[in-house]
Parts: sequence; structure tokens; C-alpha cells
Amino acid sequence: MATETDHGPGEAVAARIERRWATLSIVIVGVLVGMAAYIGIHQATMPQGRVETADPKTLHLSGEFIESNLGSEMQADGSVTVRAIGQQYSFTPQCIVVPAETPITFRATSADVVHGFLIEGTNINTMLVPGYVTDLPVRFKTPGDHVMPCQEFCGIGHQGMWGKVKVVDKSKFRDMAAAKRRLTCVD
Amino acid sequence: MLTNKRLIAAHFWLAFIVFGAALVLGAWQMFVRSPLNTWHFNPEFYYRSVTAHGSAMGYVFPTLIAMGFGYAITEASLAKALVGRRWAWAGFFLVAIGAVVAMIPVSLGLASVLYTFYPPMVGNPFYYIGVVMVVVGSWIWVALMVINFVIWKRDNPGKPVPLAMYANVAGCLLWGWTAVGAALEILFLILPVALGLKSTIDAGLARVFFSWTLHAIVYFWLIPTYIAYYTIFPRAIGGRLYSDAMARISFIMFVVVAMPIGVHHLFADPQVGAGFKFMHSVFTGLVALPTLLTVFTICASAEIASRLRGGRGAFGWIGALPWSNPIMLATALSLVMLGFGGAGGLINMSYQLDATVHNTQWITGHFHLIFGGAIVIMYFAIAYDLWPHLTGRALDSFGMMCTQLWLWFIGMIVTTFPWHYVGILGMPRRMAYYDYANPAISPQALSVTMSAIGGFILLLSGLLFLLVLIRGQFGARGEAGAYRFAVPLHMPARIPLALNSFGLWLALMVGLTVVNYGFPIAQLMALNETSVPAVYVGAGR
Repeated sequence: MATETDHGPGEAVAARIERRWATLSIVIVGVLVGMAAYIGIHQATMPQGRVETADPKTLHLSGEFIESNLGSEMQADGSVTVRAIGQQYSFTPQCIVVPAETPITFRATSADVVHGFLIEGTNINTMLVPGYVTDLPVRFKTPGDHVMPCQEFCGIGHQGMWGKVKVVDKSKFRDMAAAKRRLTCVD
Repeated sequence: MLTNKRLIAAHFWLAFIVFGAALVLGAWQMFVRSPLNTWHFNPEFYYRSVTAHGSAMGYVFPTLIAMGFGYAITEASLAKALVGRRWAWAGFFLVAIGAVVAMIPVSLGLASVLYTFYPPMVGNPFYYIGVVMVVVGSWIWVALMVINFVIWKRDNPGKPVPLAMYANVAGCLLWGWTAVGAALEILFLILPVALGLKSTIDAGLARVFFSWTLHAIVYFWLIPTYIAYYTIFPRAIGGRLYSDAMARISFIMFVVVAMPIGVHHLFADPQVGAGFKFMHSVFTGLVALPTLLTVFTICASAEIASRLRGGRGAFGWIGALPWSNPIMLATALSLVMLGFGGAGGLINMSYQLDATVHNTQWITGHFHLIFGGAIVIMYFAIAYDLWPHLTGRALDSFGMMCTQLWLWFIGMIVTTFPWHYVGILGMPRRMAYYDYANPAISPQALSVTMSAIGGFILLLSGLLFLLVLIRGQFGARGEAGAYRFAVPLHMPARIPLALNSFGLWLALMVGLTVVNYGFPIAQLMALNETSVPAVYVGAGR
């Protein structure tokens, strides 16, 4: 234990070690934040840029979320837009069909309470808040089936709210899209 | 010297009774949703239980601990009786009555909205009124702590405020301001709808208000634990605190940067733009700083204690620590859980990685490890340390205490590690049950079973804890002496004004909140037609 004579140097050593650790801590945090910023900018994995609204009272009457407009739509540039809604306790469409290796935009909202969906086996994960439109760019690498649960508590039937995503081969999807404008798994 | 022992003991006992009840619910939830339960049940009971478990563990239990511990710190560190004893009792009864008022509609199934409220779902108004009463009761405590702090400073001009009290007031100020977000949400958005005065609500705006409270509340829960690290642990193991100034800086950093980071809970939400999400992500990184500083200071303090006991070598000193001392054990186990939980927190902080785990069981695992693990195990330590001073009786069942702490640690690891794992697999949180027969879900079944077993271990540990406290009420009488806090290795002769007051830090706290929340809130309030019809919960009953 420090005696009166070595009190001075001991205190200086303690302060120096502490300063070094504080500097290291700041560097650690700086690197982590910098990494997140770099990846966000260079790999375009940033959150949705702007806030869009949709009135759940009139979703079914007009606008892009009317029933006949829901499902997967092939765009002129070859990309695909998927429009979906969540409601207690299902998604519409309940099974979404999309092509592999294609840029896809999910546009979705809620017709009643807060929902969300994640697609297991991918990092696709977002919220559906009534009144607002969720816009999420995604891409699937390989064909396959995924489950798509609602991941936000939405009422006493929440545990039953599981959708599906069927990823099909690009050419197969193109054939399907030639026959019908809005696609779901049943087409 | 503690003069208001009954007041402090009342807070701790009520806190631990609430904790025990909520722990039973938690263990039941772990069981029914696991493959161990092969029988049908009403999923509504599960959400009732989650609402009660979350409200009790989130709003009532840690608040009472912070209040009781705060009163103890005031009397012990300032060496004078608490000013405002009657008000303190009024605060206590407000919290107690509020808890009952909130829990009645929840147990009747009239407010199964979970403790995070989730508008536009709206439950029975008494649930929200009860929660408000709990918060108002705690605000009385906030006011009392500030008043006692100010009076002491007036009577002792120029003297450094004892670290324990300084940190305690930091926690009070943090809580006083952070609770405003949820209070605004309840009073202006939810209650008018719950009372039937309005039928629509802006769910997006409500979520933004709640996020204001939701993250900093975690640091409010954490502050008693950090106070115990800095001011109880070094004394309990016979050592000194490495640095008094660094401790103050850590607490100040919590006050300043704990608040403007809540939008990281809304990374996946459509109602906040990318810019503010990025800002909040950066600030979330900053809040790791005080924890990194704390880990260093506490480990260094442990080394000092060990070397005083004759510990040698670069790592050999670890073996010389008093491992049979419950405070030593609790702190070490707490730091291990804080390490894992903190690493998980850094993952959640980044938008990109959060996308993989958002609203999965990973998040449930994360906050149970940090709060239930690192934080609550130090609540146990605080109670063990304080009990002889409250009861005037010896608390000497050290073997039982250490067993209890080990069981809590093991239970928490067994519960939360598989939880993190199934979260990465994509298992959504807050579900009453899962279809384990589904080939997409069946690989997760084993992990959920392990978590449930961990839940039972935690229940056992919790019961053992209550047993130790009850035995402490009937132990041999003995005067425990004055309640002391750790002394720093190098007592600073004088402390810079900034480390002995809060004016500047309060201004920064409010200023940063306005900067980081002002625009998102103003934007949502200005948007038309974002109010949506409320969906009443339990209305058909």
C-alpha cells in the first residue's frame, strides 16, 4: 500500500494507465461506429430514407394497397416489387413468390395494429406500423422456401401469424409474370 | 448511520416480493412455450403473463431498488437523516398502490398489451393509470434525492459530494428526464383513447415517445449496480477504489448520452428517417464508453485488494481474491455477464447487424442477460450487504448466498445463450407457442428446451435468495456499525466543479435530447392522417 513517500509517483502511474485505457476505449468505439458508417454507405445497407404514409381506413378502397394490387409485380427494368399488408393475424398475400438473383422492393403496411415480419434464413427484417409505408430493398441468392413470421406482438393471435416466402428460379418467375400481372404462390 | 431503516427495508422487501412473483410467471412462460409443454393452453394467458412479468420487472422492481438504495445512500454517505421522510413514504405507497391498480386489469385479461404498450392496441385505462402512479411515486424520490443533495452542498461548501451520492443523483436525474417520454405517450396519446375520449392514435409517434424512455430506462436500472461496483465492492473485499474521478465521469456520461439513443429500438420502423437512425446509432456506441471505463476501474480495484492480501504475479492475484465473499462472487459473475451482454449490445447498435436479430429471441436473450443477469445479481449483492444494517441482525449464511449467486449465474447463461442462438436462426419473440412439428422450426426446439431448464434454475435461485433474506430477519442480534462506502486509492484533495455538480450535464442531457428527438417528433406531429383507429384489447369481456 502506498506510503506517504511514494504517494506521488504511484498516483501519476495510476493516472497514466487510466488515460491509456480511456484512449483505447475511445478508439474501440470509434472503430465500431466507423465500420457501421462505412458499410452503410458503401454497401447501401442503410435504413429507409424517407417517411411515407398510408391511411389504414382506406387501404382497401384506393391507393397502391388495394387487394388487386397486392402480390409480386415484374417491373419494366426487370426488378420486382412486392406489395403486402399485415393484419391481425395474417399477411396478404399469405405466401409471397419472388425470383432469385433479382433486385426486389418490399412495400408493405399494416391494416390495423403494429406488425412486423422477418424471413428466416435471411437478414430481411422490418416493421409494419399502421399509417406508414415500409419500403425495403432486398435480394435472394438461391431458390427455396422460407417461413415469414410476424415478429411484433399484435394481439392474442400473434403466435399464429406466419407467412411464407417462396423463392423461385428467375426464368420460372418470368414465365409466371407473363401470364399474370400480380403473382402469389397460388399462381 | 441509517435512521430510516423501516423505510429502506420496506422498499427492498416490496421490490423482492414483486420480483419473486414475476419470476414465477417468467419460469411458467419459459415452460409453456417450450416443447416440454405438450398440452394445449389459452395463448391469451401467456400474453397476460408477459404483460405482468414485464411491467413488474421493468417498472416496479428496479424502481423500488433504486429508491430504497437511494435513501440508504443518502443517509449513509451524507451522514445525516433523510430530509422529507413523509414524502418518501408517500412515494412508496404511490408505487405500491400503482402496481396493484395496474395489475388488476392485467390479471383480468383487460390489458394484455405487454409492458411496451403497443398502441394502437389499447387496454383498460387503469393499467396505464397504475403505471403513471408508479412513475409519479418514483419522481417524488427523484425530487427528494435532489433536495438532499442541494441541502448537503449548501451546508458543506467546497467539499466533494461523496461518490455514492453523486452517482445516486445522476441516476435520479437520468430517470426523471427519461420517464418523460413514456409519460407523454400515456398522458397525451394513450389515455385519451383508453378513456374513450378519442378513437384514433398515431402509432408511429407513440413508438418514438416510448423509445425516449425505453433505452435510458435500462441505464436507470443499471445505476444501482454501478454504484455497488464502485462504492461497495472495493470496500467489501478489503481494497480501495482505483479512481474517484473516473467513476464520476462514467456516471456523467450515462446522464448525457443514455438519452439520445432510443431510436436504435426503431431501426426497422418506417416512421423515422435514415439520418436520425444513424445519429442514434453513433450515440449508442458512445454509451459503451462508461462501461469500458467501469470495467477497467473495477478490475483494477480488485487487483489492489488482492495485492493487499498478498496476491502476486500478472494473473496470480486473481486466485488470491476472497472468492467465498458473496460480494466478490456477485461482482465477478456480474462482470462476466456484462461482458457477454455488452458485446451483444454492440451488435444490436449497428443498423446492419441489427437487421438480422431485430425482434428475434436474440433481443430477449440480450436484455435478460444484461438486466436479469449483470444488473439483478448486483441487486442481490446490495441486499446482502445492506441487510445486517437494516435488520440489526447478522446475515451469515455465506454458503447459501454463494450457492444462490452461482445458481443465478448458471441459470442465466443456460437461459440466454440458447435464446441468442435461436434468435440468429430467426425465431421471433413474444409468441405464446411455436409449431415445433414444422420442419422450418423444429431445429430450434432443443435450444428452447434448454432455455426453459435455465428458467427453472433461475426460479430455484430466486427462492433461495428470498430464503436467505427471511433467515436474515431471524438471525442473531448484532450491531453492524456504520454503513461505509469504498475509499479511493488517492483521495482527490479537491474536485473540479464539473465533477461535483450537474448543471452543465443536465443542460447537455436536455439539449441532446432536443437535438436527437426534436425533429422526428415535430415531423410526425406535423404529418396529417397518420392517426389510426385504436384496437381495444379485451373489449369483448
